[in-house]
Amino acid sequence: MSNSPKSRSYGFETRMIHAGAKPDAVTGARQTPIFQNTSYVFEDSDHAASLFNLQTYGFIYSRLTNPTVAVLEERLANLEGGCGATCCASGHAAQIMALFPFMEPGAKVVASTRLYGGSITQFGKTFKKFGWETIFVDTDDLEAVKKAITNDVRALFVESLANPGGVVSDLEVLAAISHENNALLVVDNTLATPVLCRPFEWHADLVVHSLTKFLSGNGTTMGGAVIDSGTVDWSASDKFRGLTDPDPAYHGISFYETFGDLAYTTYGHTVGLRDLGATLAPMNAFLTLLGLETLSLRIERHCANAEQVAMFLADHPKVAWVSYAGLAESPYRALCDKYLGGRAGSVLTFGVKGGYDAGIRVVENVGLWSHLANIGDARSLILHPASTTHRQLTDEQRVAAGAGDDVIRLSVGLETVEDLITDLDSALAVG
Amino acid sequence: MIGRLIEDVAGVRRVLESVRTVGMVGASSDWKRPSYYVMKYLQSRGYKVIPVNSRAAGQTLLGETVCGSLSEIVDTFEMVNVFRKPEAAERVVDEVIALPKEKGVRVVWFQLGIRNQEAADKAIAAGLDVVMDRCAKIEYGRHHSELAWGGFNTGIISAKRPKIRML
Repeated sequence: MSNSPKSRSYGFETRMIHAGAKPDAVTGARQTPIFQNTSYVFEDSDHAASLFNLQTYGFIYSRLTNPTVAVLEERLANLEGGCGATCCASGHAAQIMALFPFMEPGAKVVASTRLYGGSITQFGKTFKKFGWETIFVDTDDLEAVKKAITNDVRALFVESLANPGGVVSDLEVLAAISHENNALLVVDNTLATPVLCRPFEWHADLVVHSLTKFLSGNGTTMGGAVIDSGTVDWSASDKFRGLTDPDPAYHGISFYETFGDLAYTTYGHTVGLRDLGATLAPMNAFLTLLGLETLSLRIERHCANAEQVAMFLADHPKVAWVSYAGLAESPYRALCDKYLGGRAGSVLTFGVKGGYDAGIRVVENVGLWSHLANIGDARSLILHPASTTHRQLTDEQRVAAGAGDDVIRLSVGLETVEDLITDLDSALAVG
Repeated sequence: MIGRLIEDVAGVRRVLESVRTVGMVGASSDWKRPSYYVMKYLQSRGYKVIPVNSRAAGQTLLGETVCGSLSEIVDTFEMVNVFRKPEAAERVVDEVIALPKEKGVRVVWFQLGIRNQEAADKAIAAGLDVVMDRCAKIEYGRHHSELAWGGFNTGIISAKRPKIRML
């Protein structure tokens, strides 16, 4: 069975505004209230005991669940076509939370070498401290992926559209390869957003987001989310015993037996957030909900602006190359058509002739583009990854992650596109 | 007339709205078992639940006397909620079909995790509606905001001001 109802009866934009958010029953308030509140009064001691036993619905403590955050969780689950979501404090927290229910010391994941550099550090270094082993593979090389997903691998982790390289993952094929070996496909859908790509339609099992980027959209808010498709049979192999074995902390229940397709999300809240504590603040949930109300409109303009900037750069004499899956000559153009509806988002990279020093000169000579380490803002952002976000990687890792010496990363915002192009042009003239 | 397998959210909602009394086969007095807390939850939402368990017949469970079989239930009841292993589902359906029509049973609901197509087909052929592999507590919660509190996609879109539910 599936508790993920087909939300297809309402269009994306309707769900983007309404899913999860009914008017308040008591006051009639139409906008989602900010429940800036830690804890919730029990009806009586029996009700309290039932809540702690996970036997009835309700709020206990906002580390686990909060009414404002719950609205955002339902909206994200709805937009991705999943059955439930667990929000958390940041996109990086979401990556830990996504793996936590089924990982343990000695367990392995396979991750793309093209993941965002910060993710490579988290997977390759910090996860090791938990005893989780990451095998990095170039996920364009499908044979290498097949070889890497051995029986002891629990999940394959990729980005639908990679940051910053303009790389699109072949989700349908990667899902099939993963499932052949009872591994999950986990997809970071941050750059594509559910406007461009819904990974569950291509049989991904879990989706993670950094809410910090396009979903909130204004550079105000840290946040992350893990969304469950609700389609995984956790009992199909012995890899996912965290969800199938009796949990002594909850009087010996098996999450999968007790909650069915709600098991993973229930575990995310009642074990993951309970013990890892990386909870999303209600105010941040509210700001993200505001952002989501205009998501499809913004993504449309982000993509249109990015296409024009990419075409301008592709013709520029001081630009060696442009990596943007929306360009006709991109090797990822066909995958972009298949998985992203032909629109390649608004994060792109280009190589400036003259290498590391020329790259630094460009970021120091723009006037309208903000030199900072973020993406997915209404403002246009520029970064030289080699000297900033990707400094913690080896040279080889940097190149694989699309962040070599000459690389400039752009996150194209919503300004008048001619202004953006003029500003870039003058900065390139200095370089 | 044959019954039908109810799989859509709206259909499941209509079942919950049309039923007042439930015979619960496999009701357990162990507070850790789903049948126990689903019964308790449904009671708190205004349903009368009559527990059925041959091993506990005559005992009192959550204020109700446990019946040894469905045929021992004195009241009329519209729904049978089955908390038994899938292999036992068909036998329960046979018991339901054997009940006199005036008992009023219209729906057989198999709990989350219980799938038995033969049992469902048999019930449907006998004119009973069937809900399979779902939890009545989860489905009730879906339509009364409670499921959404846990971050779940209820699939419900509405700009109507919800009624305040008085317990």
